[in-house]
Amino acid sequence: MARAVKIRAAITTALATASLGLTGFLVGTRVNLLPVDASTNAPTYDSLFKVLFSIGTMLFLGISIVLIYSLVRFRRNEGELADGPPLEGNLPLEIVWTAIPAVVILFVGIYSYDIYDRMGGMTPLDHGALHHQHAMDTPSHTMEAKSMEMPSERVWGGIGPAIDTGVASTSSASGAVLPVEVTAMQFAFIFHYPEADITSGELHVPLGQPVELRMKALDVIHAFWVPQFRLKQDVIPGQPTVLSFTATRPGTYPAICAELCGPYHGGMRTSVVVHEVDDYQTWLQQNRPAPSST
Amino acid sequence: MTVATPRDLEPQLQQPLQPKGWLRYFSFSVDHKVIGLQYLVCGFFFYLVGGLLAGAIRTELATPLSDFMPRDTYNEVLTLHGTVMIFLWIVPVVNGAFGNYLIPFYVGARDMAFPRLNAVAFWMIPPAGFLLISSYFLAGAAAQSGWTAYPPLSLTTPAAGQVVWILSVLLLGGSSIFGAVNFIATVLKMRRPGLKMMQLPMYCWAMLGTSLLVVLSTPVLAGVLILLSFDIIAHTGFFNPTLGGNVVVYQHLFWFYSHPAVYIMVLPAFGLVSEILPVHARKPLFGYTTMVYSIMGIVFLGLIVWAHHMFTSGTPPWMRLFFTIATSFIAVPTGIKFFNWLATLWGGKIALNSAMLFSCGFILNFVFGGITGITLAQVPFDIHVHDTYYVVGHFHYIVYGGTVFVIFASLYHWYPKFTGRLLNEDLGRLHFLLTFIGFNLCFLPQHWLGLNGMPRRVAEYDPTFTTLNQVSSVGALLMAISTLPLLVNVVVTAFQGKRAGDNPWNALTAEWLTSSPPPVENWKGEAPLVTEPYGYGRAQEPKAPTLEAAR
Repeated sequence: MARAVKIRAAITTALATASLGLTGFLVGTRVNLLPVDASTNAPTYDSLFKVLFSIGTMLFLGISIVLIYSLVRFRRNEGELADGPPLEGNLPLEIVWTAIPAVVILFVGIYSYDIYDRMGGMTPLDHGALHHQHAMDTPSHTMEAKSMEMPSERVWGGIGPAIDTGVASTSSASGAVLPVEVTAMQFAFIFHYPEADITSGELHVPLGQPVELRMKALDVIHAFWVPQFRLKQDVIPGQPTVLSFTATRPGTYPAICAELCGPYHGGMRTSVVVHEVDDYQTWLQQNRPAPSST
Repeated sequence: MTVATPRDLEPQLQQPLQPKGWLRYFSFSVDHKVIGLQYLVCGFFFYLVGGLLAGAIRTELATPLSDFMPRDTYNEVLTLHGTVMIFLWIVPVVNGAFGNYLIPFYVGARDMAFPRLNAVAFWMIPPAGFLLISSYFLAGAAAQSGWTAYPPLSLTTPAAGQVVWILSVLLLGGSSIFGAVNFIATVLKMRRPGLKMMQLPMYCWAMLGTSLLVVLSTPVLAGVLILLSFDIIAHTGFFNPTLGGNVVVYQHLFWFYSHPAVYIMVLPAFGLVSEILPVHARKPLFGYTTMVYSIMGIVFLGLIVWAHHMFTSGTPPWMRLFFTIATSFIAVPTGIKFFNWLATLWGGKIALNSAMLFSCGFILNFVFGGITGITLAQVPFDIHVHDTYYVVGHFHYIVYGGTVFVIFASLYHWYPKFTGRLLNEDLGRLHFLLTFIGFNLCFLPQHWLGLNGMPRRVAEYDPTFTTLNQVSSVGALLMAISTLPLLVNVVVTAFQGKRAGDNPWNALTAEWLTSSPPPVENWKGEAPLVTEPYGYGRAQEPKAPTLEAAR
């Protein structure tokens, strides 16, 4: 009799856990909460998001169901004065609910670090930036702090080229990194293309070619964020940073300042235009400074 | 240690400094119960101020254009909203109000270890609060750089407002440190003879852990703000990049306090819930020992996770790895506490009253906020959503859905102790319903907004986000309305509420083993020795020392 009850409880628990896991998995993988993906980083990011969303849904649903079930099932009747059973703890149970979350957390931490590595977060940053040192032609040159004029500039942080560049190597014509100098100021981003000597208020990049943004701030901290690229990097005065990405989907996306930078912070936004390779060449031709302007 | 009898204390307690009646709440009283209620009422006043500021923010964000107030005013409003809610509402109430009222009862003492320091700590708060709010009128402009006051922005916005902000936060931090020293001394040294540490109610452990965090981290905030004020007033270059300063150092020092500050706001709430759930579920607190260890685990881990606020600030990769793992692991001791609370409810005799409803609302909201917190701890995830509305949604689930819900639960639970009268349950349930629906309506959509491209601290946004922002604003309106039943309830009950008797919940902890409201010396006779604060369900044993036995 007691045995049958135990078996039934075990089966119920197993079924409940399985259906909870299935629900979490289905919700996590089917429900899309993210904007369109437009860089090589984005699919990598989205796979992490799905894993976290699945685990989170399972946890939240599980705890909510147990809580609401308890409130309904164990509700005190009007006028009842008896106490519940004097249960003060259960060591095996407490060990289980310490160990399982610890293992899950460790898995999530290692997995997300692997994702971060694949996104280029662990790539040493200095070599890439150092080889492409160009004289700064932006009008802000004279305003820069002394450290900016040093020959070999230290890069303080950022995200290097992604390791997983399968898309980039097949579709890009040149394969070479396109450097763009980004100057952030109250309340605009200025993009300078050192190879073509173009200065623009919008960022134009070709599809499939790795781009390296070398970012400086003139006044306060700004942050450069493109939601469709799943990338963000603070732009800090006195500390140049780097942000590398490869665009994978043509279109126009917002580039947003994400760090409070003053009254017009909300208006500090521009566009990133991802061109097909041919269109990008056209844009370059149209915007190249006239050579005869001496 | 001997327990002083009331007669010995008589001369001290009858000082002319303390008026009788309601006037004592406006005096430099050294009675821990008076100070606790001073904290509570003062905190609630600033909650209404912070709520008005929040209402202004949500009104501005009801439309995608910046059309409700000037842009620099908007930045002042969001700075004041954050500062008021953290430093003048949540921290003082969840630590100062309930800590001062309850801790002496729980350790079996007649007052805190340092009653005068206690009064000083409270009386630093009103001037600091009024200084902060009046900076808008007196200095011409309030601080505009967010509650984080990151340089160089805080060096370039109007200086007077920023300096007043620093002064105010320094005063509030000082008050917090005085309070923490007092709690540590009271819990460790003022215990009634025969009362062991592992017999203390969980709130004592929570306050001990919290106070350790305050003492270890708040001085760092004070230090960094003093350096920042030097940069503003004396034009030094600690954080000014044009003078060779380093702005990221500020962020490290700021978050060394301000991440533990989250636990300073949340750990006491964990303690309060651990007191409320067993009483209304009629079961012992499940897993007392693991609860104690998990509090201390959170205190330790809470001190070594600050750089997860800086994943996009150019921190080196090894640091990101360390802080990701450390932050994620906070979920383990926190998870233990939630599983223990669920196990406390399981099989109990649950009274679904307002205190219980708010406690369960806390569990749901905090679990949700905790899960989004785990996602934010992952570096690649954070890089996308850092400084967006996803973060705004997350931390409101922690500090409002978590701590503020617990403050309301505590109010329904302890109001009969404060006044001798029971709050009206119908109004209480209405208050819960409005708060719970309004809160989720306000903050749940913000997660989607952040994921899809809305940064935080903006007065204008992409028009495609209009609908969800309006939903969020409607939620904020409901939250504003929800304070009305609470206010009516608290005021009307104080005069005409149902008499509660000394122990309306039939609870076992020491604050209920005296009259409601309690006498100045807490118990008429010797303090009762409560060795089993959660001994529910032991019918064969006497439930608790009765008042007669205590005498």
